[in-house]
Amino acid sequence: MNTRSSHAPIIQMRNIEKHFGPVIALAGVSLDVYPGECHCLLGDNGAGKSTFIKTMSGVHKPTRGEIVFNGAPMNFETPRDAMEAGIATVHQHLAMIPLMSVSRNFFMGNEPVKRIAGINFFDHDHANSVTMSEMRRMGINLRAPDQAVGTLSGGERQTVAIARAVYFGAKVLILDEPTSALGVRQTSNVLATIDTVRKQGVAVVFITHNVRHALAVGDRFTVLNRGQTLGTAQRGQITPDELQDMMAGGQEMATLEGSLGGTV
Amino acid sequence: MSETASNPVDERVKRISPLRRALIRPELGAMVGTIAVFAFFILFAFDSGMFNSQGVLNWATVSAQFMIIAVGACLLMIAGEFDLSVGSMIGFAGMMIAIFGVTIGIPMWAAILLTFVLCIAIGALNGFIVIRTGLPSFIVTLAFLFILRGFTIFLPQLIERKTIIGGIREAAEGDWLAPIFGGKILGGLFVWLGDAGLIATFERGTREGQPVVDGIPMLIIWALALVVFGHVLLTRTRFGNWIFAAGGDAEAARNSGVPVTRVKMLMFMFTAFCATVFAICQVMEFGSAGADRGLLKEFEAIIAVVIGGALLTGGYGSVIGAALGAVIFGVVQQGLFFAGVESSLFRVFLGVILLGAVILNTYIRRMITGER
Repeated sequence: MNTRSSHAPIIQMRNIEKHFGPVIALAGVSLDVYPGECHCLLGDNGAGKSTFIKTMSGVHKPTRGEIVFNGAPMNFETPRDAMEAGIATVHQHLAMIPLMSVSRNFFMGNEPVKRIAGINFFDHDHANSVTMSEMRRMGINLRAPDQAVGTLSGGERQTVAIARAVYFGAKVLILDEPTSALGVRQTSNVLATIDTVRKQGVAVVFITHNVRHALAVGDRFTVLNRGQTLGTAQRGQITPDELQDMMAGGQEMATLEGSLGGTV
Repeated sequence: MSETASNPVDERVKRISPLRRALIRPELGAMVGTIAVFAFFILFAFDSGMFNSQGVLNWATVSAQFMIIAVGACLLMIAGEFDLSVGSMIGFAGMMIAIFGVTIGIPMWAAILLTFVLCIAIGALNGFIVIRTGLPSFIVTLAFLFILRGFTIFLPQLIERKTIIGGIREAAEGDWLAPIFGGKILGGLFVWLGDAGLIATFERGTREGQPVVDGIPMLIIWALALVVFGHVLLTRTRFGNWIFAAGGDAEAARNSGVPVTRVKMLMFMFTAFCATVFAICQVMEFGSAGADRGLLKEFEAIIAVVIGGALLTGGYGSVIGAALGAVIFGVVQQGLFFAGVESSLFRVFLGVILLGAVILNTYIRRMITGER
């Protein structure tokens, strides 16, 4: 992992706090993500993962703390701002419409147009060829670009959503539990997609509560527990059991401190 | 179609037969239905006069009427909404033409434009209420079905003490805009066809020697133009993609940056536009506006759209299919008349074909989405 020393982080979250009325959802969480790395955000249900990524993607504004994007402090007013800056979120319940074709879905809201006689027409040829080639790059051979998304498996749909985000210029890709509802084979397809995207230089934030999925592709691992971070570990410095224990509540924290390099 | 890099091809995905692929076209059912209907009447009612020039004009006109409102209903249904006020809108728009153009007596072109503005504004109001309240469009437009019909009966009684206002043809005399709705084109062609003996001509009376059918009504031209416009808009433009997206999953569409509210509003307004075109063509042809015009037309439009393969739940359908649904509708309704069949049986046919179409569409939907 020499990306850390050779690059600046694309996004830094510094001591993020988020309070909802009397509830402290995030109590000072820090995390940084580098281009080309897969940063896994782990945590049990209710640990604050969702709140944290919503803060990152502009849905929530942090109560306290600072977001630095590309070296400059950032204040996202709306999710649209974050999207335009290059932060894309792929949700568990996807922005995919089953009855529409893959290429219509791929370009939904960003349709390419071709001017004929002064009228803008949907450039289907361009959309189809881009869809086919982008999906092939992700390792999925579509039968045809006009195949309905409904005929794809859950993993393939995730891959379409990821490919779409990357094609439209995502620099930071937030994946909200992309593997939680998938079978073994489909999960490995999505993990392979994450690997492909990372190699293109995109920073991936991979939210999961499955330690094995995280360890399969992650470069670094941050565990959230009850609104606090229990530290960021490098790949190879931590065992699956240790990660599991941290997610479960940090009972073994004392023994972990050493292996985490004092980042707790 | 690239199966060259063969390793990641999923061996469990079966090759799809061309037949199955063809079945996944929304308009397939309507195409088969259209062929079947024509085959039936050619076999059993060919000598009834249904396929001479007057006969063709007869069912073509009825089909074109259905087509005009079906195009609007189709795009709106694909965008995920219904408009049950189409029929009342037809009555209302016709009555407004009569009140503006005859009772008040402003020039017919101004009456037509005013009616368009008023009716499209009511369509927008329909859409605004549906989108603002989040209520089903079924209920909101059902309310407008009654509101508009009520006004259509009340206003002429209040103003003229009757429910039918005539004199529209006279008021439209010499107007520049009215012939675009009530006129006929290609008259010369029909005279030539008549002279050549290809179509029937009057054999006695003042119009002896003139063709019985003396031109194509503008109603049919409007129908074809709207079908072409609707089809191109839906399949060939980015706005068409937004229509599908808005009806397929409004939330997902919004997340992807599709202006769902604008799309739905515009489709409500377009539906009102289509109903108004229907109404103006009708009053120009009849020369009068009646309070009961357009009764049940909203359901006939929806039936034509469903026969055309659109899903009631939105997000899927075809304007060409809806147009063919309208042709099936018109040909059967008039064909049964030509064949001398009791006309009440048409309703039986309608119910049966509607049920068949909905069942077929559900099956096709399962095939597309892979649901079980």
